[in-house]
Amino acid sequence: MYDIAVIGAGVIGSLIAREASRYNVSVVVIEKEADSALGATGANSGIVHAGFDAKPGSLKARFNVEGNRMMESVCRELGVSYKNNGSLVIGFDDEDRKVIEDLYDRGVKNGVERLEIVDSARLHELEPNVSDKATVALYAPTGGIVCPYGLAIAALGNAMDNGAELERCFEVKSITRKGDIYEISNGVKTIEAKYVVNAAGVFSDRIAAMVGDNSFKITPRKGEYMLCDKESGGIVSHTIFRTPSKMGKGILVSPTVDGNLLLGPTATDIDDKEDTSTTPEGLAVIANECLADVPGVPTRTVITSFAGLRSVDDKGDFIINSPAENFINCAGIESPGLTSAPAIAVYVTELLKDAGLSMTKKENFNPNRVSMHEFRDMTIEEKNQRIKEDPTYGKIICRCETISEGEIIRAIRENPGAVTVDGVKRRTRATMGRCGGGFCSPSIIGIIARELGMKYEEVTKFGGESVYNFGEVK
Amino acid sequence: MQTKDLVIIGGGPAGMSAAISAYNEGIKDILIIEREESLGGILKQCIHNGFGLHKFGEQLTGPEYAERYSDEVEKLGIPYITETMVVDVSEDRVVTAVNKKDGYFQIKAGAIVLAMGCRERSRGALNIPGHRPAGIYTAGTAQKFVNIMGYMPGKSVVILGSGDIGLIMARRMTLEGAKVKAVCELMPYSGGLTRNIVQCLEDFDIPLMLSHTITDIHGKDRVEGVTVCKVDENRKPIEETAQYIECDTILLSCGLIPENELSKSAGVVLDRVTSGAVVDETRQTSIPGIFACGNVLHVHDLVDFVSDEAEIAGKGAAEFIKGNTKIGETVEILPTDGVRYTVPQKVTRGEGASLYFRVADVYKNVTVALYKGEELLAKKKRPKVAPGEMERFEIKPEYLENTDKLTIKLERN
Amino acid sequence: MKREIICTNCPMGCPLTVEYEDGKILSITGNTCKNGITFGTNEVLCPKRTITSIVKVTNRDMMLSVKSASELPKERIFEFMDIINKTSVTAPVKTGDVIVADIGGTGIDIVATKSIR
Repeated sequence: MYDIAVIGAGVIGSLIAREASRYNVSVVVIEKEADSALGATGANSGIVHAGFDAKPGSLKARFNVEGNRMMESVCRELGVSYKNNGSLVIGFDDEDRKVIEDLYDRGVKNGVERLEIVDSARLHELEPNVSDKATVALYAPTGGIVCPYGLAIAALGNAMDNGAELERCFEVKSITRKGDIYEISNGVKTIEAKYVVNAAGVFSDRIAAMVGDNSFKITPRKGEYMLCDKESGGIVSHTIFRTPSKMGKGILVSPTVDGNLLLGPTATDIDDKEDTSTTPEGLAVIANECLADVPGVPTRTVITSFAGLRSVDDKGDFIINSPAENFINCAGIESPGLTSAPAIAVYVTELLKDAGLSMTKKENFNPNRVSMHEFRDMTIEEKNQRIKEDPTYGKIICRCETISEGEIIRAIRENPGAVTVDGVKRRTRATMGRCGGGFCSPSIIGIIARELGMKYEEVTKFGGESVYNFGEVK
Repeated sequence: MQTKDLVIIGGGPAGMSAAISAYNEGIKDILIIEREESLGGILKQCIHNGFGLHKFGEQLTGPEYAERYSDEVEKLGIPYITETMVVDVSEDRVVTAVNKKDGYFQIKAGAIVLAMGCRERSRGALNIPGHRPAGIYTAGTAQKFVNIMGYMPGKSVVILGSGDIGLIMARRMTLEGAKVKAVCELMPYSGGLTRNIVQCLEDFDIPLMLSHTITDIHGKDRVEGVTVCKVDENRKPIEETAQYIECDTILLSCGLIPENELSKSAGVVLDRVTSGAVVDETRQTSIPGIFACGNVLHVHDLVDFVSDEAEIAGKGAAEFIKGNTKIGETVEILPTDGVRYTVPQKVTRGEGASLYFRVADVYKNVTVALYKGEELLAKKKRPKVAPGEMERFEIKPEYLENTDKLTIKLERN
Repeated sequence: MKREIICTNCPMGCPLTVEYEDGKILSITGNTCKNGITFGTNEVLCPKRTITSIVKVTNRDMMLSVKSASELPKERIFEFMDIINKTSVTAPVKTGDVIVADIGGTGIDIVATKSIR
């Protein structure tokens, strides 16, 4: 029996678990997949929005601006890659200029600091590669970029280091109220908790319905992306947005914290909550729009494309409420959800307190976590010291990203341990380079099998039936 | 910092051959740096036969071909280190590498031979739309699973691309019990050797679908099937021709890309067509003392030619170390009219060279012609040329007089 | 009977048309050199292939690559594969060591193509 069960190990659930682990309460995070951050958290733009986009007075506006201010310190504590690179919304005509002026006003109302409308000359001074046709831009110096799955994994790991537990591959089928207790079942096993937080992303409407809350519906909005090789990362230094339309903030061109270049997303409402397929149309739209914004975008250096699903609700704002006793919804957390996550997590713990959960501060809470990229960021001398202590750090497994066996072993052993090849990938960047894992995945499978006592052919790409091999040849 | 006369990056067929060649030219202070556990490179997993016909006059398998060279390296006592990854090469020939025993270390090299090989074009680089399940591998990765690790990566397979590794894997998977449903090729002709089409596909009744591509990948966890479409003359899929093929595995054999990240870090000038270094007849790159050979220079069809090229590079490096490199003006060789590229791209005046080149399309009854301006210098008739097969043309020293560039082209007979 | 095959003797890849009856070649056309005749004859009357595969090494965590020492009748390939599949070896092995002697009574051995110490 736990005090709190958090359903969903995305960035919202993970940060809530971490916030809760500051207190003397028992916490379990329930995740249907084999790892954290496999939903929207794992496939989004990784943008820390300044906060000029949301409607003044909305939860989105409030948590965006609060979250933006918290992000840097949260990332520092958790050792997550973050960069305050600033963002630019570029406009091409008078109509765009009007929208940009509106965004400026909204931003000021929302409390966004240092916003500025810049002319063509200043824009091209900031970003020489932006289209000559762009005549105006909204410059938001407080905009940033972050590794979204890195943040979720680190937050969950830190929560676990502070006593939280993780229940993987547990798909919630029913939630039953028994007296003061919620019984959460996957049909085979039951987890009991006094308080439940629903952070189930695109599935949060289904989870809410399990306690009788049918007040909202989540429609997945697919966003397709293309990621370019690191050689192209430098074409822009700020995050470049097109002036927004009804369907979202439009397609962006942005560096990532790892030095790649990210193009996307598209915005298509779909029915299937698991359809993360990319489409020829979507990929073509991205290429065309990005080329219009930044004509030099090197689409031939694309190393991968992917799609994520935004959890769009029918209320137009984040749904953070308590539809049943001791049950809290965190639903419809679409953009700017990632930016808002640290602020939402604090708010949800306050709601838990308000609901009557006794929360006293844990004396030995440790807010810090060693960066997953600790080794990568070391000096040569430090690296050599580490290799002397642990020679596995001297054996390079992923040649494109120069990732050692030691880093992969650490990713498997450290909370929340990677159990799949994609899990290793998201923690270390191994397989994320230009060869797409062709060279190193056979070795990584071997390391996972050895570390976790599995058979070679049992190791999967991302859990479920995603096996690499069907058994021995002979 | 330790020093070496010659550092060779990569212990595959190119690296080993370059080392032996330099050794035979009198250079003894050599170090071959290999990232894997043993010498041999990609040949270790190429267990099929067909190697060495030109070099040894017999049909060897990949491991046998590699062993001929690794035995020679052992016999001559040429030093090599394995499980060591080179992470940087600088313009002034400082090589930075890392391994378990020594950590990160640097070597100042008198000369460097780049012999890192190539990688396969991945699904990401191909930008195939659809889901992202497990079961999508490059042909070479599947080859490693089967031949080296001993595991079966698939039971029913569709192969995209008819490059030689894809064709070889069609036969390997079939022999080991899998069903290969089809090989789809975007182009109207195969990029592989005819011999492989016959012996790897026709022998097992595996259909080769020319002018076809995969337009969608189905399956959320593991591949469940693919949508295949015929393409028009602009290589655009024709929607009405879409057909679904059930399979649990997709193998990609869509081209090889020289692995030139280290060359780039040193500032070596690369050729946009080959994605390898621009070299002269000694295989010296734009940086004096840095040479390149094998698939890191340009993708070869036969390993025999890799060995030949590496001998040239090894000899060139040896001459450089001895201070014998002829410094002279170079003459550029410009490929046009059906010739995609040449290696070398430039030849030192006063020297001769065997020019290796590839053509852009399948042509029958053509003449390869070499011009100095309007003047025809030499020609050679070819009954058939294809992009999959490398061609050769001899450049004589006298061709290079009184000019700074020559043009090589195909002419219809 | 008539069969269309591609000559793989050289990169030319001539399309051959071979007419034959009762194990005898009646005519071969489409070749551009006399090698085409030899190729066409062998390919139609008794096609042969080199087999390459792997066998398990019982005392090492690796596979041993093997080949047939010369070409084997093509139509019996899967029969030979069955035999190879049931074979395992114990290291050390040297390149050229016989792994399966006289496979399927053909007089041809399956030999190792790499050395394992």
